[in-house]
Amino acid sequence: MTYLADVAALTRKDLRVELRAQDTLPAMLLFVLSTLVVFHFALPEGTGEDAAYGLLWVAIVFTALLGLARAWVPEQEHGVFDGLVLAPCDRSAIWVGKTVATLAFLLAAQVVALPAFALFFAPLDAVALVGVLLADIGICAVGSLMAAMAAAGRARELLLPLLLLPLSIPLIVGGVGSAISTEPERYLLLLALYDGIFAVLSWASFEYVVTES
Amino acid sequence: MIRAAGLEKRYGSRRVLRGIDFELPRDGFLLVTGSNGSGKTTLLRVIAGLAAPTRGKVQVDVHRGRVGFLAHEPLVYRALTALENLDLFGRLYRVPERRERIGMLLERFGLWEVRSERVEDYSRGMSQRLALCRALLHDPELLILDEPYASLDEHGAGLLDRELDELAGARTLVVSTHDPARIELLATQRLVLA
Repeated sequence: MTYLADVAALTRKDLRVELRAQDTLPAMLLFVLSTLVVFHFALPEGTGEDAAYGLLWVAIVFTALLGLARAWVPEQEHGVFDGLVLAPCDRSAIWVGKTVATLAFLLAAQVVALPAFALFFAPLDAVALVGVLLADIGICAVGSLMAAMAAAGRARELLLPLLLLPLSIPLIVGGVGSAISTEPERYLLLLALYDGIFAVLSWASFEYVVTES
Repeated sequence: MIRAAGLEKRYGSRRVLRGIDFELPRDGFLLVTGSNGSGKTTLLRVIAGLAAPTRGKVQVDVHRGRVGFLAHEPLVYRALTALENLDLFGRLYRVPERRERIGMLLERFGLWEVRSERVEDYSRGMSQRLALCRALLHDPELLILDEPYASLDEHGAGLLDRELDELAGARTLVVSTHDPARIELLATQRLVLA
């Protein structure tokens, strides 16, 4: 229960910081909407829905990347990361809190982006929405860890996409597959497996990312 | 309480600490002095467990949850208020009777009136006083203070003097400073880094 209370306190803090500063969510919303508008005009007539679903995933991944690039900025300002690392709570709770908060921002961006996609291109059915949710969890779980690693380096804006994009490929395959395949359950299973494996790996390795040994 | 033997720290090819040996008993007060770049901050970070030595070892007989650390930066969230920051760290440090303890510290360091203002609106001196509240929040057994007088005006420095006077002999203290005259009477040991 203490662990969950720590996660809740850390998540609440992230949501509060974002509500005050409004550094991340407005940028994510603007980015995803303008990307969909650009795609709407860039895609030739009669291209078909499959291409549009692919472009949706480009928009989702890069919107998530935008949010993740700013995920640890509040901790870098004033050296708060050291304060959190010194606290006696389980350090993985810091990662879980950040993952949940980033997921909340991404879902909030998609509440606007997915209806816009349906308006411009094609509707998403329930299975495709489950695919989006599973992929969001995977992106935020792995992305929070990669963003913490990148934040410790000198060129975090460069490092984060280099670390995260290759790891996102299975999520894009699963997400697009769940929207266009005749057997979407196979792709949903792939996404669920990815989430489970990478969430456990990220949870277990976070301590080693944030401490010198 | 703290034993350092042959402590060395390098960043790449640059050697920041070399051959540091000392032993500080429980409730001792170690004053660390030295010129800019002599490794005071690095030594304090190693003792706090935030950096690992390249060679040698340091043994600190205190759980990390019982260490209070004041760094050059205040280690608090700029977008949150003093109350929100201290409440978060109070929860993470499992501080009993958290609200009473937070209220007492804010009163003691003259921040009660501005407790609901965001830290980004604080002056550097006020941020430093809040950082001291955060470091003392869980009544640590070992208190590590890196340049605690930096940014404090005379009133703030007086508050810190009073706090250190109370803590000396009752808690283990490691303090680095450029102004040793202010606290050298309280110190039981002195380490000069070259």
